[in-house]
Amino acid sequence: MRILVCVKQVPAKDAPIKVAGDGAWIREDVAYETNEPDAYALEEALRQREAHGGEVVALTVGPARAAQVLREALAKGADRAIHVAGDDAHRLDSYAAAEAIARAIAGEKFDLIFTGLQSEDYGYGQTGVVLAELLGIAHATIIMQVQPAAGGVRVKRELENGYFQYLNLPLPAVLTIQSGINKLRYATLMGIKQAKSKPLATVALADLGVSPSLNRQSVAKLYVPVKTKKTELLEGPAKEVAAQLAARLKNDLRVI
Amino acid sequence: MLKFRDVDFIGFASLLSDNERLVRDSTRQWAEANLTPIIEGCAREGRFPRELVPEMGRLGLFGANLHGYGCAGMSNVEYGLVMQELERVDSGIRSFVSVQSALVMYPIFAFGSEEQKNRWLPRLQSGEAIGCFGLTEPDFGSNPGGMRTRARRQGDEYVLNGEKMWITSGSIAHVAVVWAKDDDNVVSGFLVETDRPGFRAEDIHGKYSLRASVTSSLSFHDVRIPAANRLPGATGLKHALMCLNQARYGIGWGAVGAAMQCYDTALQYSLFRVQFGGKPLAAHQLTQEKLAGMITEISKAQLLAWHVGRLKDQNRADHGHISMLKRNNVAMALDVARTARDMLGANGIADEYPIFRHMANLESVKTYEGTHDIHTLAIGEKVTGIAAFE
Ligand SMILES: Cc1cc2nc3c(=O)[nH]c(=O)nc-3n(C[C@H](O)[C@H](O)[C@H](O)COP(=O)(O)OP(=O)(O)OC[C@H]3O[C@@H](n4cnc5c(N)ncnc54)[C@H](O)[C@@H]3O)c2cc1C
Repeated sequence: MRILVCVKQVPAKDAPIKVAGDGAWIREDVAYETNEPDAYALEEALRQREAHGGEVVALTVGPARAAQVLREALAKGADRAIHVAGDDAHRLDSYAAAEAIARAIAGEKFDLIFTGLQSEDYGYGQTGVVLAELLGIAHATIIMQVQPAAGGVRVKRELENGYFQYLNLPLPAVLTIQSGINKLRYATLMGIKQAKSKPLATVALADLGVSPSLNRQSVAKLYVPVKTKKTELLEGPAKEVAAQLAARLKNDLRVI
Repeated sequence: MLKFRDVDFIGFASLLSDNERLVRDSTRQWAEANLTPIIEGCAREGRFPRELVPEMGRLGLFGANLHGYGCAGMSNVEYGLVMQELERVDSGIRSFVSVQSALVMYPIFAFGSEEQKNRWLPRLQSGEAIGCFGLTEPDFGSNPGGMRTRARRQGDEYVLNGEKMWITSGSIAHVAVVWAKDDDNVVSGFLVETDRPGFRAEDIHGKYSLRASVTSSLSFHDVRIPAANRLPGATGLKHALMCLNQARYGIGWGAVGAAMQCYDTALQYSLFRVQFGGKPLAAHQLTQEKLAGMITEISKAQLLAWHVGRLKDQNRADHGHISMLKRNNVAMALDVARTARDMLGANGIADEYPIFRHMANLESVKTYEGTHDIHTLAIGEKVTGIAAFE
């Protein structure tokens, strides 16, 4: 089984972020880390390889700094890595990023392509799905489990309200992986050392003909949510107020 | 417990390669997930978390800067960053790794026979075997050359008699690297399996410091070991001191980690703790003076550790450099810990925050591996050419 895992470098979860001058994205001077669902996607790929053999290739689309997530993937056990690099690569939307990935792997054959369910920065949750469409292959999202099955794989999808769905898919296929489905391994020091001699290929985004001009979505404005405090008093007999409160919680705030 | 935020005022990370940062971050992730949650409890109970040893071995933390025999083959800066991240959580855990790596694996690696290396290094690397290092004696601490422990040759064996004191991991060790005088009065290194008749290890209780690390006294009563257990390359006190140099180098980085943790805690605390006029403590000049002093000293210590690490990678670090690194960085960390303790007020003495534990730990770190004053004399001798020990 040959598995491609798409990993993205995103601002660290607890990093204090600042909106950039142009108001369209954040400033670069933050700490970065591997997008969490992608870490689970990589872990799942490594486990599949350990169980069934094959090759795991990690790929990222991002500026030079993003090579770090590939080094981490190699240290954890990926066999090789592909860096689709460009200074403005972090400005691509899902469609343009999927184009970049599809073009970068044009000469390769993968049985499975894993992405994370969504990225923790833009949160589109689309890249894997669009990639499958561009490649003309099957896909399924929010994957909890992957098992070999006749002619392909059997997967478990998470639906809402604690429901799951089991599906059989033909190969090749794109699966977007849910966080928390396995236990992440740590990169060992030996792994980090070995990673130095594993192949890490760099492909220029420009050579693939991809740039943010392909974007079909744009960020209109980015701002830090303004905290507003609003107190509303519901008045009337207790019974009526209770009914009003229940209606508000259900319809306006949607918490019940 | 406050979540640690990186401490890097001067863009220190830009001096590190991508791989070095990966080493630091991976060790940090592991330590935060596995050590941080249990360490306060371990210190309270006076318990070393031995259950983590196999995992630490699997990660490659033991003998990380040695090459071959299953070791990770890290550079010295990478090794230093590992020490920094371990000691950021607890000096006792870092002590365990230092002893295993620099005081047990290193002498076997550097002075051992091929047979000794093959027998011990892979097992020590994986954590299957634990080692200890016996140099200090009840009557000989700063001056180990006066030691009384003897190894007398009898046929194919050596017979050891004597006592060692303050030995990290002594009672949990499978093998002890013991320094003893041979028949020619030469301080020599011996590998002593701890299940040999006549060997006893007893824990030292009542410590206020390094409570998550085991400290023991060892006694040798006619302990017979095969002559082949002698470390062939370890003849003379200088070889024991070479081991200590390895460990001191790691301590120089570890102390930076402890200081980073104390500083970050004090900074975060002073930003949310409000006294007088609705302002956080951090808005007062006296607090800022403390924070500015701490971050300046931490930044200088980071640069010193990094520089000595680069020198060590080029085989150009001498014992004077390492004395300066150990002396400066440990004293710096102890000062930072004490100031941070002060800045947290009453909370500074509670184990809800890691500061008091770090502060108490660092008292040991200041003493072992050559006390602060002994390193003063070592540097003094280096610059003047005059030894002032006696
Ligand atoms: C927790 C812990 C773990 C340890 N682990 C180990 C271990 O694993 N293996 C091991 O072999 N040892 C170990 N040690 C022992 C440690 O290395 C010694 O404690 C240290 O070398 C100091 O020796 P001492 O305690 O006998 O103090 P002393 O040598 O008696 O020194 C007492 C004081 O006198 C000062 N002093 C000494 N000589 C001079 C001088 N000439 N001029 C001026 N001042 C001087 C010292 O700086 C110190 O302040 C450990 C110690 C501790 C606390």
